[in-house]
Amino acid sequence: MKSIVRKLTKTQIFWPLVIFLGILALNGLISGGSFFRLQIVDGHLYGRIIDIFRNGSKLMLLALGMTMVLATGGTDISVGSVMAISGAVACTIIEGSLFPFANGSVVFAIAAAIFAGVLCGSWNGFLVSRIQMQPIVATMILLVAGRGIAQLICKGRIVTINSPPFYFINGGYILGLPFPVYIVVALSLLVLLVVRKTAFGLYVESVGCNGEASRYSGINSARIKFFIYILCGTLAAVAGLIESAGIKGADANNAGLMIELDAILAVAIGGSSLSGGRFSLLSSLVGALIIQSITTSILSLGIAPEVNLVVKAVVVIAICLAQSPVFQQSISAFRAKIKKQEVVA
Amino acid sequence: MDQILIEMQHISKRFPGVRALSDVPFTLHSGEIHALLGENGAGKSTLIKVLTGVEHRDEGTILLEGNPIDPRTPQEAQNLGISTVYQEVNLCPNLSVAENIFIGREMKKHGLIDWERSYEKSGTLLNMFNLDIDVTQKLSLYSVAIQQMVAIARAVDISAKVLILDEPTSSLSALEVQELFKIMRMLKDRGMGIIFVTHFLDQVYGISDSITVLRNGEYVGTYPTASLSRIQLVGKMIGKEYSEIDGRPVQFQQQKKDREIVLELKDASSDGIKGVSLSLQKGEVMGFGGLLGSGRSETARMLFAADPLTGGKLEIGGKPVHMKQTLDAIRRGIAFCPEDRKSDGIVGDLSIRENIILALQAKRGICKSISHAEADAIAREYIERLQIKTPGTDQLIKNLSGGNQQKVILARWLATNPSLLILDEPTRGIDVGTKAEIQKMVISLADGGMALVFISSEIDEMLRCCNRMTIMRDKQQVGELVGSEITEAAIMECIAGGLQ
Repeated sequence: MKSIVRKLTKTQIFWPLVIFLGILALNGLISGGSFFRLQIVDGHLYGRIIDIFRNGSKLMLLALGMTMVLATGGTDISVGSVMAISGAVACTIIEGSLFPFANGSVVFAIAAAIFAGVLCGSWNGFLVSRIQMQPIVATMILLVAGRGIAQLICKGRIVTINSPPFYFINGGYILGLPFPVYIVVALSLLVLLVVRKTAFGLYVESVGCNGEASRYSGINSARIKFFIYILCGTLAAVAGLIESAGIKGADANNAGLMIELDAILAVAIGGSSLSGGRFSLLSSLVGALIIQSITTSILSLGIAPEVNLVVKAVVVIAICLAQSPVFQQSISAFRAKIKKQEVVA
Repeated sequence: MDQILIEMQHISKRFPGVRALSDVPFTLHSGEIHALLGENGAGKSTLIKVLTGVEHRDEGTILLEGNPIDPRTPQEAQNLGISTVYQEVNLCPNLSVAENIFIGREMKKHGLIDWERSYEKSGTLLNMFNLDIDVTQKLSLYSVAIQQMVAIARAVDISAKVLILDEPTSSLSALEVQELFKIMRMLKDRGMGIIFVTHFLDQVYGISDSITVLRNGEYVGTYPTASLSRIQLVGKMIGKEYSEIDGRPVQFQQQKKDREIVLELKDASSDGIKGVSLSLQKGEVMGFGGLLGSGRSETARMLFAADPLTGGKLEIGGKPVHMKQTLDAIRRGIAFCPEDRKSDGIVGDLSIRENIILALQAKRGICKSISHAEADAIAREYIERLQIKTPGTDQLIKNLSGGNQQKVILARWLATNPSLLILDEPTRGIDVGTKAEIQKMVISLADGGMALVFISSEIDEMLRCCNRMTIMRDKQQVGELVGSEITEAAIMECIAGGLQ
């Protein structure tokens, strides 16, 4: 029994999961249980927990892509801008101002938005793997330019659309659960399948851990990296669709603003190394949920929105400290010291 | 030339698991150019680092003009009058020449940098070195040779007692080397002591007054250059006296006839080698001999498509092939254990199992994933066969000893079932027992019909393992020895460039 518990605590996902459940439990305690209350209205589930999953869906998708990018030793800070581009493309097509020949087709709009994500990802991948630019610089180009491109597509306006089929992406329900949850589950399974059922995951970890040795072992690290940036861009485009379906329009200035940092943070909280190597997709998904649950609880506990960021910062510092090996070591050293003093006394 | 500038006595330095220097003395006189020689891992760079304060010695004393010194940082050493110019020019290429010369000790006027005086002074300084360049231009505009001169000028201007040149000539052309030598002679005439580290024996004989040889962290001796022949020098570097080996019986290796040729190089060149021709045959161990930097590793890298072929032909099965990346070589049955195990071999944070199957997985392709069970079975098989000491297949490779890490890398390549296995220094930094195991394995693999390339700095090992040897010097092939021709004397003659 003891050994099973010990083995469990050694897995990467253990502590993120404990922290997530802890945050939920704390919310439940403070709210006197109302936090966990689920209501069924018109056959749809409503409640704080559902909110966390629905609102966290974008971050979860980004965390998925970001985990892989970070695992190769890179980073992608352009995901927020890619979200803005994707939303802008989809909404302007539905509105009819872009590609009028599509007649506002929602399917065409979604396909075009995702294709835009693929293009953005290929651009990043090209700069990083072929030109060998530093990833943070390479993706910074799109971070800045992407928002400009999105504004150009929207012609500087906030595009609003009236398209219930498109709204479904964020607001729809299937079997009582919000549609974004299905998107996250489906894409996570797909990525997990590709990563763990082919040798892709091994290649990524190997390249992130020692690129030179991987090259000598016959792994084309440039191609691996290129593909991963495409994956990250594509997932960001899907997140952008969820975002714009939520606000029922495209806001090129604000869609996905600063979300790249949350995505990186989600991976860090999930416990994967930011310098490349071993990664765990599930842990990063839980990391994204932790970030979302902090935001949701701050709102639900009625804390003034202006202190929101400060509270978030404190919680994040606490989580990162708890996971830092140096901190853990000094804690155990401190404990040992106290024990020693007790013995002496 | 009489005055002793630096006297190091009983210098010892230990790194975890390695004794880098033990009880090494070193003396430098003023007006002397002193070559410091030794093969890889001999302790040259550690000795330099101890002298320049990069590392701190465990034991021993250093006297500078008779006074004990104890430099803890390169800055301290510099202030004492000891400065170093490294192989890679460590200046700032995007700053101007003058800025580079005075960086960290800018000339100021009213708290601001006095550019006019900086430019003027750098001009006069460089004139002394016969360099007439625009000091206001970016350093990167000039050739590596000039950058090197600027680095030396800066070093000399800061402290003009002892100058250490750590492989300064590796990236210079023959003409530029002559320029550098002129400057070295000029500094020597001014009474400076110069320590010169290089792998090029020609240059040692071209410029140095005396030679100190280190081997395996130990002091071999200090000799006036004029009284030490090349053959003796090579002998001291690799640990065999010429007289000692001359009459020694050498084990004869049977040369079977009509072997099948696996791979052939015809006048092949890459960035590191020029015009190499050789053929590798089934069941034969081909040794690449030569000193470090001679082109032996570069030839191996080219065979594996790690360096591109820039001229000539590489033929497999009689047909010329063009390999663009290492995977092409792997798919053609070539395997390569690189020289630097830590940076090019192991993937430290992955398990032994993953490290073993890595190349096999790459060979099969990304979609044909090796299942956990199969990977585990393969890993277990090789742990058993190569006797890798590990608690299990899940163990991270970085937690293993050097010898066991090397066995894992060998397992990685054997798992791909290669027809040609290239081993570059497979026994470096490995304990004696494992060394013997690896040598035995090399011979038994050849007996089993594999073609092997074997590279080692240890001549004993080459004698034991190789049926045929190609000797390299200065990026070129200088001889091929077959069967009974492979003797220590013959190898050393080839390396040294004929008896002199």
